[in-house]
Amino acid sequence: MVASSLQAGHVTTVHRHLTSKFHSNEEMGQTVFPLIDENLKKKNYKIGIENNNDDENLQHEEFEETPLYAAILTYLSYAILCLFGWLRDFLRQSHIETKRGAVDPNASLAFVPLYQSYESFYTRNMYTRVRDIFNRPIASVPGAQFELTERVSDDYNWTYRYTGKTISAINLGSYNYLGFAEKTGPCATNAINSIKTFGVANCNTRTEIGTQRYHVELEQLLADFLHVESSIAFGMGFATNSLNLPVLASKGDLILSDEMNHVSLILGIRLSGASYQTFAHNDMKDLEKKLRAAIVHGHPRTNRPWKKIIIVVEGIYSMEGSICRLPELIELKKKYKAYLYMDEAHSIGAMGKHGRGIVDYFGADTNDVDILMGTFTKSFASAGGYIAGKKSLIDYIRMNSHANTYASSMPAPVVQQIISSLRLLQGPEGKKRIYQLADNTRYFRQKLVDMGFIVYGNKNSPVVPMLIYMPARVTRFNREMLRRGIAVVTVGFPATKLLDARVRFCISAAHTRQMLDNALISIDEVGTEISLRYSTRHKSRRLREL
Amino acid sequence: MGSSMTRGDIENLATDFYGLLESFKHAPLYHISFEIFLVLAVIWLVVFRKPRPIEKKLTEKEKQDLIDEWQPEPLVPSVDPNHPALNVRVLDGIVGKTVEIDGKKSLNFATFNFLNFVGNQRIADKAIQAVQKYGVGSCGPRGFYGTIDIHLELEERLARFFQCEEGIIYSYGFSTIASIIPAYSKRNDILFVDEGVHYAIQKGVEASRSHVKWFRHNDINDLERLLAEQEVLDKKIPKKARSIRRFLIIEGLYVNYGDICPLPRMVELKYKYKYRIFMDESVSFGTIGQAGRGVTEYYGIDRQKIDLISSTLEYAAGSIGGFAVGSSFVVDHQRLSAQGYCFSASLPPLLAAAAIEALNIMEEDNTLLFETIMEKSKRLHKKLLSIKGYIISGDEISPLKHIRLTHAFNTIGRLEEIVQFAQTRDITITVARYLNDEHLLPEPSIRLILNVEMTDEELEFLCAVLQEALVKVTT
Repeated sequence: MVASSLQAGHVTTVHRHLTSKFHSNEEMGQTVFPLIDENLKKKNYKIGIENNNDDENLQHEEFEETPLYAAILTYLSYAILCLFGWLRDFLRQSHIETKRGAVDPNASLAFVPLYQSYESFYTRNMYTRVRDIFNRPIASVPGAQFELTERVSDDYNWTYRYTGKTISAINLGSYNYLGFAEKTGPCATNAINSIKTFGVANCNTRTEIGTQRYHVELEQLLADFLHVESSIAFGMGFATNSLNLPVLASKGDLILSDEMNHVSLILGIRLSGASYQTFAHNDMKDLEKKLRAAIVHGHPRTNRPWKKIIIVVEGIYSMEGSICRLPELIELKKKYKAYLYMDEAHSIGAMGKHGRGIVDYFGADTNDVDILMGTFTKSFASAGGYIAGKKSLIDYIRMNSHANTYASSMPAPVVQQIISSLRLLQGPEGKKRIYQLADNTRYFRQKLVDMGFIVYGNKNSPVVPMLIYMPARVTRFNREMLRRGIAVVTVGFPATKLLDARVRFCISAAHTRQMLDNALISIDEVGTEISLRYSTRHKSRRLREL
Repeated sequence: MGSSMTRGDIENLATDFYGLLESFKHAPLYHISFEIFLVLAVIWLVVFRKPRPIEKKLTEKEKQDLIDEWQPEPLVPSVDPNHPALNVRVLDGIVGKTVEIDGKKSLNFATFNFLNFVGNQRIADKAIQAVQKYGVGSCGPRGFYGTIDIHLELEERLARFFQCEEGIIYSYGFSTIASIIPAYSKRNDILFVDEGVHYAIQKGVEASRSHVKWFRHNDINDLERLLAEQEVLDKKIPKKARSIRRFLIIEGLYVNYGDICPLPRMVELKYKYKYRIFMDESVSFGTIGQAGRGVTEYYGIDRQKIDLISSTLEYAAGSIGGFAVGSSFVVDHQRLSAQGYCFSASLPPLLAAAAIEALNIMEEDNTLLFETIMEKSKRLHKKLLSIKGYIISGDEISPLKHIRLTHAFNTIGRLEEIVQFAQTRDITITVARYLNDEHLLPEPSIRLILNVEMTDEELEFLCAVLQEALVKVTT
């Protein structure tokens, strides 16, 4: 189901003059982006990137409450799934139904079972039924439009068969915010040249014989870009958090982390040995209360004062679409002499007038954020992570980081891709992409909200979660969208809370207005078919009425 | 009362007492029950209730004072600018058999480039083709469109190479074993771990929060002792013991020591004491065994008996990332439970393509490459042994060796001098670097790594330089 087969007539009259020519993936790498429509600039959109002083507007977020009937029906759905799960388990135990799945080679030898039965209950009875909506393999560059390998199951997702064909779909799932995931163009060419000059890998750690001049160049360039003194880069974003937090915090410190923080941050906090408390998501009052209590009472049992307090937050929360309240955080941190660690995995490159992340978005001073962390996987279409800050901090990390001493150094093509995209980002090309991303984000979010869907998060965040609640609807939505040629990412329990299953759209600067319109048309259709218009704050409307 | 009571007093007392009893008889029921309740309450208060400490309630002003007075430590302590991590040699160009530092080429005995795949033309070509098809990054975790068909191909090829059912790849070598261990071993489980395992395994063990029992490096008797002790404990709590999982975590060829684990005996003990074996073959993949399949091939043990073999693509295979192979039953669990797999972006496709090509080369060369490296390792070992003044640590067939000075002399400072001297003679070697919070910090050493393409003359030259360096350091 190719998106371009839909007729232009489906696009409403209001927006016809804003539709840009549909670009196939081949053309995307060679041409520059479609011209930003002049009409757009004239319209009185309060575009956050131009309006840094309007704090209230920058922080405007919506998290509509779950409607009661949706909550009840969701619990009911899970209850029914559990009942059926127990029934099926019973049938399997009494050999009426054949047990599928792999068998333990040590089963007959009185070994302790490797997995407890209740641990895999969820996997056997709920996950496997709908497994085809996850882990979909792709066969092309993960750009704005990509090819999915077609896979078919003859036995309800226990095994797959690849037909050899590919499905072309619009990509609303990959983290490609600035559209740098390209196979042609200056970034790709530079990466290829770097393979010829430096080889594919280095086979050693940074502290031994693994530091190449391109590592030094990258760290310098990154520090200049972020307006900080120094930076250090690592080969994996997840490891950047989990292997460096233990360097910064240790026993006797207190870490206050947001309740929605990513797994890598939680793992890093746990491994550090420091005590930690969570505060309610983006709730500055709760944070202040906990800060005061921590300083006044100290360690809960011994009452010794804490050695230091670190507040860990993320720039954009990837499941909620919300943005951390940086101005208030900086105020709090100064008032209580705490340190601030900000994980900008999703926001670096994507937010801010110059793409420098949340600090740029709010127009704050980079010196106020003690530790800036980010990844290169999302906006730079590469791999790896970094930490940036003062030179003393970075030198200390260099000496003590687990990743610096034991992990292989980053390979040349990966680093070259980051360097090329950073350089592009600082030029006019970058400005165009940032603007395009902001424009796409505002347009897409506004349309969804106007249609009556519940959308969480800040209206400037390119991560757009739309709530679906019921597990069956989640699956149906995903499959229906793929039938219409749109690839989306749906997440449910346990990645989110039990009630809040959702679909999460990732907007990219590479998406043209036509692609977004096609996606909206499909969402409109599928949303009507399975009644996803839960919002009570906004009126439910069809796309054609807008 | 006075010393004696008159008869009249006693009579008064009795009358009063009698009157009290009479009044009880006439009192309403609720009154009596209330009185009894009060008596009981007094008894309870006196006997049972512990005195609560008087809680200090701080006033707002006191709290504000505490907040104003509190001074945190600086975020990081001060840094020694001469620390080796801040003064590394910066390279330029392909880090293959030779490496370029400050414009001069030198022989490379420092990087884990066992099979000399770094700079290999075929591998570079395949990587370039992958960039032209997929771009550089994969832009997502495996669950959300980050699975590229080339990943599936690599997993299948690895499983086929090791003759196992299934393989799984990770995007970072360090995170592989560090994510695998916590995925299987939880709080109540027991891990028997060799003391000499490398840091990533130690972090994995820490993250799992299980009970850890360390046994002396490569000491099978120590392991048996621990297992026997655990068996005795199990007999005391038979029901609970049936739900405690046990794992043995070892390496095939230890990175920190260069010696091979006594696997046959460990497999025997596995069936006796019922534990599962997770073996990390980072160094032995592609270097040990007739076809490079590692320690199991070297000993001739059936690979199905090892529950999970994890390894890395960052050493012999000349790429980036890590992988694990084993039976489907064991490996498939990681796809939902291993944090480094589920919550991290997938391996860039060009690196997967490079690894597939490396596997191609390993499979088509089948025995020649591996015979050569084992042969050269033996030769190097003999040559090194002939230099007086060094202690060589490591098996003779291991391509990775640690050399140290005699005990009293062996300091990092002296070893660094040797390394610097060798650099002036165009030989690049390195002191093995560790962090101070290792479980068992190895003695300082120079880690020598053999590249399969090194000629005999080059090995001779290395030994000559080491001999010269020794003279320079000890005078």
